Amino acid sequence: MLLALLATLSTLVVAGPAHAATTPCSPDDVTACLNVTVSVPGTGPAPGVALTVEGEGDPVTATTDDAGKVSVPLTTAGDYTVTVDESTLPAGTVLKDPAANPVTVGVVLGRSVGRIVQAVPPAEAGAPADTPSDGGATSTAPDDDATSGADTEAGAEAEESAEASARPGTNRYAQLVLAGTVFGLLLALAALGANLIYGTTGLSNFAHGELVTLGGMTAFLAVQQWHLPLWLAIVVATAVGAAVGWVLDRFLFGPLRRRGVGNTQQMIVTIGLSLAMLSTFLFFFSAQPKPIVSGISQRMQIGPVQISGQSLISVGIAVVVLGAVAFVLSRTRTGRATRAVSDNPALAAATGINVESVINRVWVVSAALAALGGVLLSLYLNTARFNFGSTLLLLMFAAITLGGLGSPLGAVLGALVIGLVVELSTIFLPNDMRYASALVILILVLLVRPQGILGRAERIG
Amino acid sequence: MDFAQLGTNVLTEMLGPTAIAYALAAIGLNIHFGLTGLINMGQAGFMLLGAYGFAIATIQGAPVWLAFLVAVAAAVVFALLLGLPTLKLRGDYLAIVTIAAAEIVRMIGRSTALTDVTGGAEGLTGSSFKSTFQDASPFPDDRWTLGPITLATNASNSWWLRIVGWTLVLLACLLVWRLMRSPWGRVLKGIREDEDAVRALGKNVYGYKLQALVLGGVFGALGGVIFVLASSVQADSLGRPVTFNTWTILLLGGAATVLGPVLGSLIFWAALVLVRGVLRGVVGDALSVPQIEQIGWVLVGVTLMALIVFRPQGVLGDKKELAINAR
Repeated sequence: MLLALLATLSTLVVAGPAHAATTPCSPDDVTACLNVTVSVPGTGPAPGVALTVEGEGDPVTATTDDAGKVSVPLTTAGDYTVTVDESTLPAGTVLKDPAANPVTVGVVLGRSVGRIVQAVPPAEAGAPADTPSDGGATSTAPDDDATSGADTEAGAEAEESAEASARPGTNRYAQLVLAGTVFGLLLALAALGANLIYGTTGLSNFAHGELVTLGGMTAFLAVQQWHLPLWLAIVVATAVGAAVGWVLDRFLFGPLRRRGVGNTQQMIVTIGLSLAMLSTFLFFFSAQPKPIVSGISQRMQIGPVQISGQSLISVGIAVVVLGAVAFVLSRTRTGRATRAVSDNPALAAATGINVESVINRVWVVSAALAALGGVLLSLYLNTARFNFGSTLLLLMFAAITLGGLGSPLGAVLGALVIGLVVELSTIFLPNDMRYASALVILILVLLVRPQGILGRAERIG
Repeated sequence: MDFAQLGTNVLTEMLGPTAIAYALAAIGLNIHFGLTGLINMGQAGFMLLGAYGFAIATIQGAPVWLAFLVAVAAAVVFALLLGLPTLKLRGDYLAIVTIAAAEIVRMIGRSTALTDVTGGAEGLTGSSFKSTFQDASPFPDDRWTLGPITLATNASNSWWLRIVGWTLVLLACLLVWRLMRSPWGRVLKGIREDEDAVRALGKNVYGYKLQALVLGGVFGALGGVIFVLASSVQADSLGRPVTFNTWTILLLGGAATVLGPVLGSLIFWAALVLVRGVLRGVVGDALSVPQIEQIGWVLVGVTLMALIVFRPQGVLGDKKELAINAR
C-alpha cells in the first residue's frame, strides 16, 4: 500500500515533462496549443466529434481522437472561437451547456489552453459544464511572464491548512485562533532569520523565501525519494539550509561587502538570486504540489479545538528552536557579539569582535532557520510547492516590519500577529484574499508606527 | 537548427508588444530609480492596474481614449496611496511597501469574490476589451509583410499595436530626455545623490519624490495596457517576476539614461528567445519546452546579479553618473 503510494508519487515527479511529450502539440515561443477534450460523463471520451477553431488566420477543423482530445497548434496569439458540431456528438447526447457553444478562448503564445466539453443525455443538459481545464498542468511558465507561472501560482494561495477548517465539535473562532498561532510560530522561524540578517548587515534579503522553499523541497526529496524517516528529513533539510547559508555568505555576500557594494545593490542581487532559485526549483520539481508526507495526520480534540499530531510536533519544534535562539542571543558570548554587531558594526569591530565571522554565523543560522521553517510550513500547508516560500516572503517582511526591523523578538511577535490576522481574516474575507490582509496591515503599520512594535525610531529616518 | 527561423523569432519578439510593454515599464522605473533613486519593487502592480483600468473601462462602454485615461488615473491614485505614507521614510521601506501593494492588487484581482469585475484567476478575455482599440486603427484588415515578419494589420498581435506601442515609447523617451535637462530633472538627480543637500536648498523633497513616483507609475500603467492588448488580462501574468524582469532590463540598458530602458528591453527579449532557440537546437528532446524556458529564467536571475556586481551602469550608463544607493 505504502509502496504503491510512493511509486505513484515518484512518477509524479517526472509527470510534467512526460506529459508534454505525449501531446502532439507542444507550446513554444511561436506556437500555442488549444486543447479541447470532449467527454461523456460516466461513459468516457467521445471520439469523432468535429469542431471548428476560428480566429486569426484560416479556420481550422479538427476531429477528436480516441481519447476524445483535439490539440490545435496556433501560431498567432488572440481570441479564438471554438464551435462544436453538435451533429457529430455521440448518439443520444447533447451538449451539457449549450450556451457555451461556440465559446471564446484567449490564446497566448507559448502556452496551452484547454476546454472540456461534456456531452450528456438530453435530460441532464442545461448545467454549465464547460469548465476550463487547468492550463498550468500542461504548460508551466508562459513565455511572457517569467516563472510566476500565471496558472501555476494559482494553487499556492488557495491552499488552506487542515488546522483552519472548522469541523464538527470545534468552535470556529477558537479553531482559527489556534491555526493562526500555529502558522505564526512557524512563520516566526523563517522571519527571525531574515531579521537577524537585516539586523547585522542592513540587508533586506528577497531570496529568503527561496531558502524556505529549499527546506520544503529537500524534505520532500529526503522522504519521498531517499525514503528517510521524517525526523531525519527535517534534520537533513536544516543542515542543507545551513550549508547554503554558509556558501551564500562565503562566496557571494561576503565578497560584495568587502568590495564596499552598497546595501541597495546587494538587495537587487538577492532579487536576482531569488529569480534564479525560483526557476531552478521549477526546473527540477515542476509546478505540481510536492507533499512531504502522504496521508492525513490524526487529529485530536483539545477542548473546543482540534489539532493534528503533526502540527503539535511542529509547534513543539518551533518553540524549542525559537527558545534556543533567544537563549543564545541573550546569554552567550556569541549572542552578545551578534547583538553588538546588530547595534553598531563599527563599534563592535573596534571592541575586538570579528564582525565578518559573526555575520557568517548569522547567515548560517538564518538559512537553517528558514529551511527548518520551510519543512514545518509545508507540513502545515500539507504540501510544498516550487514557489510557496516566495509567497510567504511578503508575510515575513510584514512580520519583520510590524515587529521592528532588526529586532529578533519583534520578528517573533510580528509573525504571531500576522499568523492570527491571516487566519482570522477568513471570517470576513474570501479565503484566497487572506494573505492580502496581512499586507494591508504592513502598510497600515508604516503609516502609524514605522519603527514597528519593538523597533527604535532612530532606525527609520 | 534553423537559423533563419530563429532569427525571425528573435526579431519578432524583440519588436513585439511584450518588449514594448517592458520598455515602457522600464522607462517608468527609470524615472523612479534612475532619476530619483526610489526603489520601486512594485512596477508590475502599476502595470496590472493600468491593464484592469483599460479593460474594465472598455467593458463598461468607455471609448478608447477614456479607457486610456482610466488606466492612467488608476496609476496616479495608486502612486499617491503608496507615496504619501512612505516617501518620508527611509528608502527600503518603499521597496517593501511597493512589492506588498503590487501583490495586494494581484491577489484582489484574482480573487474569486470579484469574478464579475476582474474575471478572477481566469482574467478578462481579450475579445471583451480589444475591439475599441482595434476599431481605432486606420488600416484595412489585412496581413502585411515587412522583411521576414508577417503580421495581421489590426488583430491582437498586430502592426497597429506595434506602431502605437513604439510611438508611445518614442514619446516617453522624448519626455524623459527633456525632463532630464530641465530644472525639475536636476532636482530629482540631486535628491538621488544627496537628499539632505537638496532639502538644504529649500526644495520640497517629498513633493518632488511624489511627482516622480506618479509619473513613473503612469508609464508603467501604459506598459500594462500594451501588454494586455496583445493577450488578455490575467492577474498572475503581471506578478512579481515582471517587476524583477523590468529591473533587469533597466540595469541592463543603463539606469539614468534616456535610451537605456528601450535598449535593455530589446536586448533582454532578443537574448531570451535566442537562448531558448539555441538550447532547443542543442539539447533537442532531452529537456521539455518548459524546462528550457526555466533555464532561460535562471540565466535572467544570474544576469541581474552579475550586472549589479560587475557593471551596475549597464550598457549605456556612465558609472560616474549613477551611485545606486538609497537612503
